[in-house]
Amino acid sequence: MSTFILNEIRKGFYLDSVALMRLSRQIAASPGIAEAALMMGTPSNVAIMRNAGILKDGKTDAQGNDLVIAMRADSEAAARAALTEAEKELDKPKTQADGASAWRPRSIAAAVAGVDGLNLALISVPGDFAAAEARKALSRGLHVMMFSDNVSIEDERSLKEQARESGLLMMGPDCGTAVIGGAPLAFANRLKRGGVGIIGASGTGTQEVSCLISEAGEGISHAIGVGGRDLKKDIGGITTLMAIDALDQDSATERVVLISKPPHPDVAKVVIDRISKSPKPYTVCFIGADSADLPSNATFAPTLKAASEAALGRAIVNDGFDVKVEAKQLAPRKGASRIEGLYCGGTLCAEAQVILKAGGRQVASNAAIPGVPDFEHADAKGRERIIDLGADEYTKGKPHPMIDPSVRDDAIRAALKDPPIAVVLVDLVIGYGAHADPAGHLVETVADRGPDAPHIVASVCGTEQDPQVRSEQARRLRAAGIHVAPSNADACELALAIVNRT
Amino acid sequence: MAELEESPAAQLLKADVKVVNVGLEGFVKDLEDCGIGVVHLDWVPPAGGDPEMAALLAKLGV
Repeated sequence: MSTFILNEIRKGFYLDSVALMRLSRQIAASPGIAEAALMMGTPSNVAIMRNAGILKDGKTDAQGNDLVIAMRADSEAAARAALTEAEKELDKPKTQADGASAWRPRSIAAAVAGVDGLNLALISVPGDFAAAEARKALSRGLHVMMFSDNVSIEDERSLKEQARESGLLMMGPDCGTAVIGGAPLAFANRLKRGGVGIIGASGTGTQEVSCLISEAGEGISHAIGVGGRDLKKDIGGITTLMAIDALDQDSATERVVLISKPPHPDVAKVVIDRISKSPKPYTVCFIGADSADLPSNATFAPTLKAASEAALGRAIVNDGFDVKVEAKQLAPRKGASRIEGLYCGGTLCAEAQVILKAGGRQVASNAAIPGVPDFEHADAKGRERIIDLGADEYTKGKPHPMIDPSVRDDAIRAALKDPPIAVVLVDLVIGYGAHADPAGHLVETVADRGPDAPHIVASVCGTEQDPQVRSEQARRLRAAGIHVAPSNADACELALAIVNRT
Repeated sequence: MAELEESPAAQLLKADVKVVNVGLEGFVKDLEDCGIGVVHLDWVPPAGGDPEMAALLAKLGV
C-alpha cells in the first residue's frame, strides 16, 4: 500500500505539550491517517518523529520554537484533509484558563518583578528547555518544582547544587507530584491537612500514601517531591536531605514517611544517618527492598499501604472490605490461573510486584523491582506480567496514561481475551492533573467483554475531595462489574485470593 | 533553647505558596481551585528555540 508523508512547519508557534498531544490524537484518528504528531521541533521531539517514520527523508528544518505537523497517510488527499483540520484547530483563538490573571509575564524575571511574594516556580516546559528555566528561577530566589522530564542527570546535579547553595528546594526533574502547604503541584490530590510529612522520590507512591492517610481521617502537612533520581549515586540525595532538614524545622509536621525505590547503598547510608539525627519518627518505604538497617526512630515498610498504616499508627479499616469474602463470591475462570497487571502508576506497579512476589507468584515487569526479572531477561518467559504503562517506552511522544487512559486500552482488551489470564489488575489515579473520568473510560473500554472474561480488579488512588470524587469513581466501576479494592495493596491481595482459588 | 535560623526551604513550608507556572496551562486552574496564588507565564521556547543557547543564556543570567 502506498503511503504519503506530509510535513508542515509553523515558525515561532508554541503550544504546550498536553494541548499538542490532544490534537495529535485527534489528527491521528482522521480517515486515512496511519500516524500523526504535532510537536515542537526540539531535538528530542525530532528524534521521536524520525523514529516514528513521519519525517520526510527523516529530517526537518524546524527549530525548537517551531511547531511541526507531521503525518503518514494512505494518500495525499487524506493527509491534506487532516492538515486542514489541524490548521483549523491551531487557528482557533486561544482561550485563557478560567479566572487566570489577565497579565501574563513573558519571563520569570518579569514575573518576579511584577508579583509580590512569588516563592515557587512550577516548570513543565519541554525537557530541552526545562533546566534553563529552573536555573533562572533559582537565580531569582524561587524554589522549583520541575514536572518536566528528559533532563540530563548532569543538569539535575548542577541545579540541585545551585539550589542547595541558596537553601532552595529543587523538586525534580521528573517530579510528578508535590503538595506544599495545601498547594497541589502537578499530579496531586486534595488532601486533609495534618501532621504527616512525606518525602517522595516516587510520584504515585506519594499519591497513594498521602491519599490513604487522608482518607483514613488523618492529614498531610507537606508532600515534598524530590524526583525519581534523587537517591541515585550521581545526585546523592541532595533534595531528600534538604527536605529532612526542612521538615525537622516544620512545627506542623509530627512524623515523616520517606518513599523511594531502593536507593544506592552509599546514598541510603547518608540518608538513614541523617534520619537518625531527626527528632521526628520516620517510616521508610524503599519499595522493592526487603528491609533496611534503620535507627530507633524509624521503621521499615515494605508496601505503600504498610507505610500509610505505620504513619497512622493503626491498621486502615476498609469499610468492611474483606479479601477472603470478596474472593469467595467470584467464580473461578475455567483453565485460567494468571494475573496480568496493567498499571498507570510506576510505584503502584512496583508495589504490585512486591505483594505478588511475596504471595508466591512468579512475576516479570518492564519496571522490575530487585529480584524480579525484566521482560528482556531470559527468566521472564512464562511469568505473569506486571506492566508499567507510564514507563518511557510507552509514553515517548505520547500522553501519560494518567492523563489519557486510552494508552492502556489495547493492552486491557488483549488481556481480557487471553485464555490463561484469570485476573486483570489495574490502577486508576485521580486528582489534579489526571484524566477527568478514568472510571468512565475503563467501563467503556471493557463494556463488550464476554461473561467468561477474566475478573477485573481495580483500585482508585485518590480522595473524596478530588474533582473526580473517589467514591463516585468506585461506584461506576462496581456498576460495570469491576471489583474495586480500597487500596492497590488490597487489589493485589484480592487478585492473589482469586487465582489461589482456581 | 535558641531557635535555629530557618532555612529558605523551611520558610516555604510555613509561607503562603505563590506560584509562577511555566508550561502546562492546566495547572493554573488546579492551583486557583485551592486558593493558591498563581501567575501563568506566556512562555515560548527561548533563544530562537535553540536549547544549547537557552542553557548558556540561563547560566549567564540572561
